Amino acid sequence: MTTAYAPTAGLPMRSWQAAARANAGGVYIIWYRDVLRYWRDRVRLISSLGQPLLFLVVFGSGLTASLGAGLTKELGDVSYVRFLFPGIVAMAVLFTAIFSAISIVWDREFGFLREVLVAPISRAAVVLGKALGGSTVAMFQGAILLILAPILGVSLNPLLVLELLVLMFLTAFALTSMGILIAARLQSMEAFQMIMNFLIMPMFFLSGAFFPLRGLPAWMSVVTRLDPVAYGVDPMRRLLLGADLAPGIKIASHHLGTVEDGLILAAFAAVMMVLAVWAFEAQE
Amino acid sequence: MSSIEVIDLVKSFGPLTAVDHVSFQVEDGEVFGFLGPNGAGKTTTINVLCTLMRPTAGRARVAGYDVASQRNAVRQSIGLVFQDPSLDDQLTAYENLQFHAHVYNVPGRERAQRIEEVLRVVGLWDRRDAVVRTFSGGMKRRLEIARGILHHPRVLFLDEPTLGLDPQTREHVWEYILEVQRAHHITIFMTTHYMDEAEHCDRIAIIDQGKIVALDTPDALKRMVGVDIVTVQTEDSEQAAREIQERFGLEPQRDDTRLRLEVEAGAEFIPRLVRELGVAIRSVDLHRPTLDDVFLKLTGRAIREGEADPLALMRLHGRLWRGGRR
Repeated sequence: MTTAYAPTAGLPMRSWQAAARANAGGVYIIWYRDVLRYWRDRVRLISSLGQPLLFLVVFGSGLTASLGAGLTKELGDVSYVRFLFPGIVAMAVLFTAIFSAISIVWDREFGFLREVLVAPISRAAVVLGKALGGSTVAMFQGAILLILAPILGVSLNPLLVLELLVLMFLTAFALTSMGILIAARLQSMEAFQMIMNFLIMPMFFLSGAFFPLRGLPAWMSVVTRLDPVAYGVDPMRRLLLGADLAPGIKIASHHLGTVEDGLILAAFAAVMMVLAVWAFEAQE
Repeated sequence: MSSIEVIDLVKSFGPLTAVDHVSFQVEDGEVFGFLGPNGAGKTTTINVLCTLMRPTAGRARVAGYDVASQRNAVRQSIGLVFQDPSLDDQLTAYENLQFHAHVYNVPGRERAQRIEEVLRVVGLWDRRDAVVRTFSGGMKRRLEIARGILHHPRVLFLDEPTLGLDPQTREHVWEYILEVQRAHHITIFMTTHYMDEAEHCDRIAIIDQGKIVALDTPDALKRMVGVDIVTVQTEDSEQAAREIQERFGLEPQRDDTRLRLEVEAGAEFIPRLVRELGVAIRSVDLHRPTLDDVFLKLTGRAIREGEADPLALMRLHGRLWRGGRR
């Protein structure tokens, strides 16, 4: 039996319910594609874990060896490798999120983006699907690193893991949305190298992943407060290592709590989403 | 009812007018072709009609919907096969179609069945679980055609559907396109700069520098440039020439042992000639004007068949060597 060729079925989007259903299908399949591609690409999965591990082992051990005394004064009895751990988790989330978003540039280059842009779904659905896909993958990538926690003497429990997953997801969502906004305007992979050097690397270095964001020069404290990644690193460190090491980013003598960090990430993500949708709608 | 209705369409990019006050209509179920050299405005017209670009001026309706104000309805009603591949080559053929079914809101209970149908039509059902990266150019194009009809569009747009394919594959791809068109009575709007491809069309618009310079059936267009030439060789040229003059009112030109006749419709004339001529015929030859001749006459330039757009070729090569790096 063949299905009847019915060109008028489901045409046009008569009600908002029908449009909503179509858009939900679009969000789902765009999310699914990202997850599927991530899952299938084992090489990427493994190689993208290599970098954080390298940082953790080489940077952590190297700095502990040469700056041992100074670090002990700053960090108390927490080893630098342990201090670095939440930052490295955030790093994995940051880079995976950005790379997922930037895959839009590949899609543009390889033509697949046109298949998406000419589909009868809204730009908002496209951006949301992509953001959710990138966030899921990035959260997963961060979560894999939690396997290292017992080795580093950090104890985990189910509630803690859940809280961390939520934070990782929010961080990833904020960063993927930002990446999509950039990708909407990026015409070549060459330009992406610029973005990497002048935006993503500074965001990583200023996030508090490597050093506590305390007692910094005035200009640097200002910049670190503008870095969305910082609002992911600080609460993750608080959850993993305790409030002594991460008392919260100080804004006007108030130390931000974990929920406040989460809200800031969510707000940042929302703004980036709106801008990204607008950027996609503006281009022909 | 018209599937496509274009009225005074203009599309400019800054000072450049790519589509310059173009008007035409395409009827339901028609195979309609845009023929012209690269840069004539063919792809721009398609991009406007499929809502990828907004018109600068004028109006266009596709499947009854306005391309500027009812974009989603237009998108739901059309299928597209782009000039460049637009598949995700890391996914399988089946997954590519699944993606399409979702973004085009194909009802869940029909999805699997429709995917199977279109894959069988283009002969790729056996390769459904192969990753698209492993496909040849012709297979990719067939998969794109399958995808283009998956959501049951009323109008299928084909932008240079066989660009970069070898002649045998091109012929193959066309078989599929016409099979789909006949089976579902879809309207097809295509662009091409291959003359032989244009022959598949019911009607052709010849476009040059953003303007339609002629619009008619391929046969009528060819009649514009002149008549068909029928060359006959008979047992007795003298006798044959006399008879032809008396019976058909034509002035045969003697060319060695052959007679050269200029007739309006050569294909229809030959059977009559064979039936009515008293002299035994040894051979008949028909030369018909080609669309190339038509283009040459209308614009003073040849389309230069086979010459691909240098930019498209560069993109193609870029893809080939980047393929492994992805």
